[in-house]
Amino acid sequence: MPKLLGRYRYQLAVFFAVIGPGFITANVDNDAGGIYTYSAAGARYGYLPLWTLVPITLVLIITQEMCSRMGAVTGKGLSDLIREEFGLRITFLMMALLVIVNLTNVMAEFAGVASSLGLFHVSRYISVPLAAVGVWFLVVKGDYKSVEKVFLLGCALYVTYIISGFLVKPDWKEAAIYSVKPVLMLDPGYIYMLIGMVGTTIAPWMQFYLQSAIVEKGISVKEYAASRLEVIVGCITTDVVAFFIIVACAGAIYSLKPTDIQDASEAALGLRPFGQYAFLLFSAGLLNASLFAACILPLSTAYTVCEGLGFESGVNRNLREAPIFYFLYTLLIVVGAGVTLVPRFPLVQMILLSQVLNGMLLPFVLIPMVILINKHDLMGEWVNARWHNAVSWITVVIIIGMTLAYVGFALRGVH
Amino acid sequence: MPVYDVRGRRIGRVKDAALVPLVNSSRVDRYLVGGGDAWLTVRYDQIRSISLKGIFLIDEQLTPYHDDEYMLRLGRDLLDQQIIDVTGRKVVRVNDLTFELHHDGTRETLIVSDVDVGIRSILRRLFQGVLPPRWIRWLQQPIPPNSIRWEFCNVVEPDPLRRLRLNISYQKLEQMHPADLADIVEELAPAEREAIFETIDSEVAADALSEIDPKMQASILESLEPEKAADIVEEMAPDEAADALSELEDETSEDILDEMEAEPKTEVRELLEFEEDTAGGMMNTEYVSLSEDASVKDALQALESSEELLESLNTLFLVDAEGRLSTAVPLARLFIASSAARLKQMAADTLIQVTVDEQQDRVVELFDKYNLLTLPVVDADGKLAGVITADDVISVLRQK
Repeated sequence: MPKLLGRYRYQLAVFFAVIGPGFITANVDNDAGGIYTYSAAGARYGYLPLWTLVPITLVLIITQEMCSRMGAVTGKGLSDLIREEFGLRITFLMMALLVIVNLTNVMAEFAGVASSLGLFHVSRYISVPLAAVGVWFLVVKGDYKSVEKVFLLGCALYVTYIISGFLVKPDWKEAAIYSVKPVLMLDPGYIYMLIGMVGTTIAPWMQFYLQSAIVEKGISVKEYAASRLEVIVGCITTDVVAFFIIVACAGAIYSLKPTDIQDASEAALGLRPFGQYAFLLFSAGLLNASLFAACILPLSTAYTVCEGLGFESGVNRNLREAPIFYFLYTLLIVVGAGVTLVPRFPLVQMILLSQVLNGMLLPFVLIPMVILINKHDLMGEWVNARWHNAVSWITVVIIIGMTLAYVGFALRGVH
Repeated sequence: MPVYDVRGRRIGRVKDAALVPLVNSSRVDRYLVGGGDAWLTVRYDQIRSISLKGIFLIDEQLTPYHDDEYMLRLGRDLLDQQIIDVTGRKVVRVNDLTFELHHDGTRETLIVSDVDVGIRSILRRLFQGVLPPRWIRWLQQPIPPNSIRWEFCNVVEPDPLRRLRLNISYQKLEQMHPADLADIVEELAPAEREAIFETIDSEVAADALSEIDPKMQASILESLEPEKAADIVEEMAPDEAADALSELEDETSEDILDEMEAEPKTEVRELLEFEEDTAGGMMNTEYVSLSEDASVKDALQALESSEELLESLNTLFLVDAEGRLSTAVPLARLFIASSAARLKQMAADTLIQVTVDEQQDRVVELFDKYNLLTLPVVDADGKLAGVITADDVISVLRQK
């Protein structure tokens, strides 16, 4: 028995040796926002949105690859580079937007905590404050690095969606057709959801997080090839999970009756083939994802902003050395958790909205990224290839177009 | 700020300004004026007066601007970039610059006096031209200024040629405590790190490098020329040098070893033989050992000849004719002994020692159990091979 345990530990060690920033980012990507957005898409529109996953994956790979390349070549974070090349005003504006959008994302994570434990009738007035205090202390005082491994293992719960995706016996023919056949509808709800799907998969904060993680890990240009492979594998994993969440929800919910998901118990139906365990599995997966992202998001935001604006940052500094860092970090958690405690706060709608805001902010992060990565004095021979640029610019145009279309509908009140 | 010529006609606005550090390290030497399509360069001695109203010239002979390697442009090269605050011992980002206006009879010049960091300067940069100046001052008022004297700033420039032309040196950094320097270096980008290690004194570089995270040590050593890397590694304590080299790829560490001088090289090579997590991998070979029949006088002589070790030395070791370790003598006992006394009589009661292949965890346990500062390590024949000191153990514990 000890021998078996030893072997098991050895394999775990190997597993954790190969995972790096790319894989972690990919897993955090499927946070509360991700799970709900994909579930909502499948439940409301069935297989229709599947076609977006291929282009979204492509764009995800390209953006993540650009970030990790910039990190490896320059050794600087994204907000550092933006500050150095675009000056203070643009940096400030961008950081302000990022803080607002990320704050809604933090709210989404705590809403995820609330709704996952709500399934077991744990009041959110207990679960959310506990989670907020727990996260704060874990990251500032505790040993986050070892807990991170637990979170990563917890991500294995996504496998339940893959199993469920098969067990609900979805219409594979239809799923296959819609995976490649683009369906565009000038329906505000559909556009809203598409923006959300882009935003949840290619979240702006991830670009900052990934690049900093690459820099912090000290990955050099020479080691970059391995790291790129990891990024690509991570991106594909993310979207495979996304595919199965949509398929499972399409098969289990949409095929009976197209539904707008309002709460966790409806979303958990995506795991219906697991019978009485569906709630438990859904709740555990969602809780893990929410806490994981709740640890990373406020911290990454505080780092990014302080780096860009030149304030001291880092949990290895004390409160007096880095006051603004701690202020921002604490503020994000307190406000993010606090808002979800407002009575009758629409948890699920909030989660979906945060992902849509992600999507709307994305072009404004992509544009400076593409400009930076094409600067020869910064990147040397590592500047973007032409098709890279083409895909990036097309993405920017499409997302801005969708955002404008949605805003246009909203203004004309076509709801 | 508008610029006016001799007859008071407006030429254009100041777009940027530049220092020429080779001539004067803080005087604003050139003003780059943009009017129409091209920029013009105004030298400091072509200016009569500078005020909030504008800059008035005394000379008409302006040359078109061309990028000149000797210029440190304030807007492009300094604003928003990272510099090192030497007195505050940290890396800061330049938010703003403060100038002093100097009169010298015929003309007025601007001298860079401070580099501003912190919120106060951010407010001015954000709102200049958006809000009326009075409002900005009102906003700034409650916030204390946060700035660094220009002479205590160190610009970081990765390109060696440009560094020469801009007269940038890192000598100021050499005065810092190596641990502070290490913290600063860890915050910089790889190219900038390399720039600093390339130019500072090898001894300082070695001390700082010892304080840096092992993985970063490796990437710094890899980026340097093997000769320079060898100079630095020679100055490091042999055990730390061995640790740093063991992180490198074999080929690179061979290149560096080849460039090293014979004596440190053999020491480091011997240490490299040991597994990293054994006593052999932890120990260093900097110790003082004497023969069993040595007197206090002999000990003092031995100490005189190994002055570089004194700062951290706390134990002497006695070895028999074959080099086998027999006893350890706490250094402080020497002070209360007569000079003719035999060291042997002052030995510590029990000799605690380990062999080179002892596991790291066991070594840590011994340090804890016996409250050790120094632990001798012997080879299979009982010969003294090296010592492990408390700081080695602390590093091990910190890395866990």
